[in-house]
Amino acid sequence: MKIHEYQAKEILKKLGVPVPKGRPAFSPDEAEAAAKELIAETENEFVVVKAQIHAGGRGKGGGVKVVKGATAARETAQKILGMNLVTHQTGPGGKLVKRLLIEQGVDIARELYLGLVVDRGAGRVVVMASSEGGVEIEEVAAKTPEKILKEFVDPVVGLAGYQARNLAYGLGLHGAAAKHATELFLLTYSAFLATDAAMLEINPLVVLTDGRVLALDAKVAFDDNALYRHKDLEALRDLDEEDPAETEAKRYDLSFIKLDGSIGCMVNGAGLAMATMDTIKHFGGEPANFLDVGGSATEERVTAAFKIITADPKVRGIFVNIFGGIMKCDTIASGVIAAVKQVGLKVPLVVRLEGTNVELGKKMLAESGLAVTTANDMADGAQKVVALAAGKAA
Amino acid sequence: MSVLVGKNTKLIVQGITGSAGTFHAKQMREYGTNVVGGVTPGKGGLVHEGFPVFDTVADAVKKTGANATVIYVPPPGAADATLEAAQAGIEVIVCITEGIPTLDMIKAKRALSESKSILIGPNCPGVITPGACKIGIMPGYIHKPGKVGVVSRSGTLTYEAAHQLTNLGLGQSTCIGIGGDPVKGIDFVDCLAMFERDPQTEAVLMIGEIGGTSEEEAARFVKSNMKKPVAAFIAGQTAPPGKRMGHAGAIISGGKGTAAEKIAALREANIAIAATPAELGKTIARFVSK
Repeated sequence: MKIHEYQAKEILKKLGVPVPKGRPAFSPDEAEAAAKELIAETENEFVVVKAQIHAGGRGKGGGVKVVKGATAARETAQKILGMNLVTHQTGPGGKLVKRLLIEQGVDIARELYLGLVVDRGAGRVVVMASSEGGVEIEEVAAKTPEKILKEFVDPVVGLAGYQARNLAYGLGLHGAAAKHATELFLLTYSAFLATDAAMLEINPLVVLTDGRVLALDAKVAFDDNALYRHKDLEALRDLDEEDPAETEAKRYDLSFIKLDGSIGCMVNGAGLAMATMDTIKHFGGEPANFLDVGGSATEERVTAAFKIITADPKVRGIFVNIFGGIMKCDTIASGVIAAVKQVGLKVPLVVRLEGTNVELGKKMLAESGLAVTTANDMADGAQKVVALAAGKAA
Repeated sequence: MSVLVGKNTKLIVQGITGSAGTFHAKQMREYGTNVVGGVTPGKGGLVHEGFPVFDTVADAVKKTGANATVIYVPPPGAADATLEAAQAGIEVIVCITEGIPTLDMIKAKRALSESKSILIGPNCPGVITPGACKIGIMPGYIHKPGKVGVVSRSGTLTYEAAHQLTNLGLGQSTCIGIGGDPVKGIDFVDCLAMFERDPQTEAVLMIGEIGGTSEEEAARFVKSNMKKPVAAFIAGQTAPPGKRMGHAGAIISGGKGTAAEKIAALREANIAIAATPAELGKTIARFVSK
C-alpha cells in the first residue's frame, strides 16, 4: 500500500526524523492559511506548494512550485488543485490532483539520496545512499552504480552505528552534517521497521546551508501482508489513487489488476494467471486484466470475479483457465453459471477446466445451456478466445 | 532415489486442527505420506482425525520421530512456527502459508541460517516425490514417478507441468514449489544442485516468474555446474511494471526483474525455453529417454 508524501512525512516526524515544517491543504483557502502560518513560524516568505499524488516526477510535470507569500500560495494552489498531472510514472492519462502539501522553503547546500528496501537475494533490508540526490535511483544504478553506497542490515543487530557512519562519510559529509545524517539514517531504519515498510525513499535528502539534514521528500510503500498489525496505517489509504475495480476485487479477496486489452481472464494461481496473459499475447490477443481467484475461492467469489471482468466495456471475450488443486472445477462452474444468470453474457466465453472434479465441472457447464466454448488446454483456449473476440470462428 | 522427501519421511502437520490443516493432513495420508501427527498449541493430547496432536514440535519429534513438517498456521504465527520446527531439529520444513509479513521472514531466515533445517516456501504448494510422499496442497493424482525434476515459483503452473509430464509418460522424480514470496527458504540454485546429484533425475524443468534475480542466478549455476539438461518457462512476459502480480515477489521494480532479462540469461546458459506453458512438457521431453 502506498501513501502520500505528506502522510509519510507525518509518520517520519513522529518517529524523530527531521522533515521541513508543512501542512496538508485540500483547497486554496487552506493553502493560504497554511502558508501564512508557515511564514509566521519560520520568518521566511518562501513556501513550496506540492501536488500530492502517488507518483514520482511531480516537479517536472509542474506539480511543485516555490512561491513568495501567502497570496501567491493561494493562486498557485488554485492552479494545481484539479490539475491533471502527467509524469513518467502516472502514464499518459495522468492523475487528478486533489491534495496539496504546503511546506516551508529551505536553503539547500546539497541534495542526496536515501532508500531502504528488502534485498531479496540477501534476505535482508538494505540501506542505500547516494550523492546523486534528486535523480531517479534507477538512473544512477544504470549509469554510475559506484555512486550508490549500500549497507545490509543484520535483522538481529539492526542498522549498526558504524554502518550509518560509513554511509555519512561515504557521501562526503563531515562535522555536524555527518552527525545529523548518521542520526537520520538510524531513525529512518527504525521507522522502516516500526511501520513494516516494503520501501522507504527520501529523495532528495538535503543538507541545509546551516548543516542540518532534512527529508525534503518521502515516499513509502507498506508491506500489504503486515497491514493487519497496523490498523492506523490502513486509515491512510487514498481510494482516489486506486483503481475502483481493483478495490472492489480486494473486498472479495481476489487478486486483480486492470490492463488495457480486450480479453478478460479468470484464473486460479498467480503464476498460471500471468502465464495465461502471456499465452493470450502469444496468439495475438491483449489481456484486459490479471485475475487470480486464489486456491480456495467460493462460488460467491467466483461470481464477484466474473462480474468485475464483465463490467469492463473493453472486454470482447472471456477466458476462464482453471487447474483445480484445492480449487474444485465444479465450484468454478457453479460460480460462472450463477454470475451469468445475474449479469448476462454479452461476449464469447471460453472455459478450460483441468484438475479436481473436472468431469463434474464440465458436465455442469454443458447442462447449463450457456453458450460456452470449451478448450482442451491452455493454448487451445487462448487461440479460441482470441479468434472469438476478433469476431472470427473459434 | 529422489530429493528432499521420500519413503523415509515422517511428517507432522503444524496447525493440524485448522480447516486447511485437517483437510490436507487427510489428503496427504490418503496419498500414502507417513503423517505421524500434528501440532496445535493448547490441543496436545487430542487425537484429531486419527492423528495424535501435540502442544509443541519438540514434543511431537520426541514421541513420533518426525523428520519433516508442513505448516498451515495463519500468517501472524507462521514465521514463528518455522522457527519452532528448526529448533526441534526437523530436517525439512515446508511452509504453505501465504501472506507472512516480509520482516518476519527476514528474521526467520536469519535464524534458520544457523540451523541444519531446509525451508521450502512460504507461500508455496509444497513438495512431492510421486508414489512415495506428498507434502503440501497439490493434487496427487496428476503426478507419476519418473525422471524429470520440477522446480517452480508458482503452484498451479507446477500442476500444469506435472500433468503434461505425466501425459507424456515421463513422470517426475520430485516436484518442488519454492513459493512466490520475495524472502524465502531454498531457491532455484539449491534445487538444481539437488537434482544434479540425484540419480533418478535425468532432466530438470524450472518455472520462474518476473521479479528478483533468482532465475539469473540459476542460469549462471546451470552454465558452470550442471551436466543434466534444463528447460524453463518464465511467467509474466506481459506483466506491467510496478504492479504486484498476485505473488508478493512477482513485481518488476525499477525496470528490473523482467521476463525478457530472465529469458535472455537462461538462453545464454543453453537452457531450452518453452514459448508458452502449454509446451512445458514437450520442451523437456526431447532430453529424456523414453
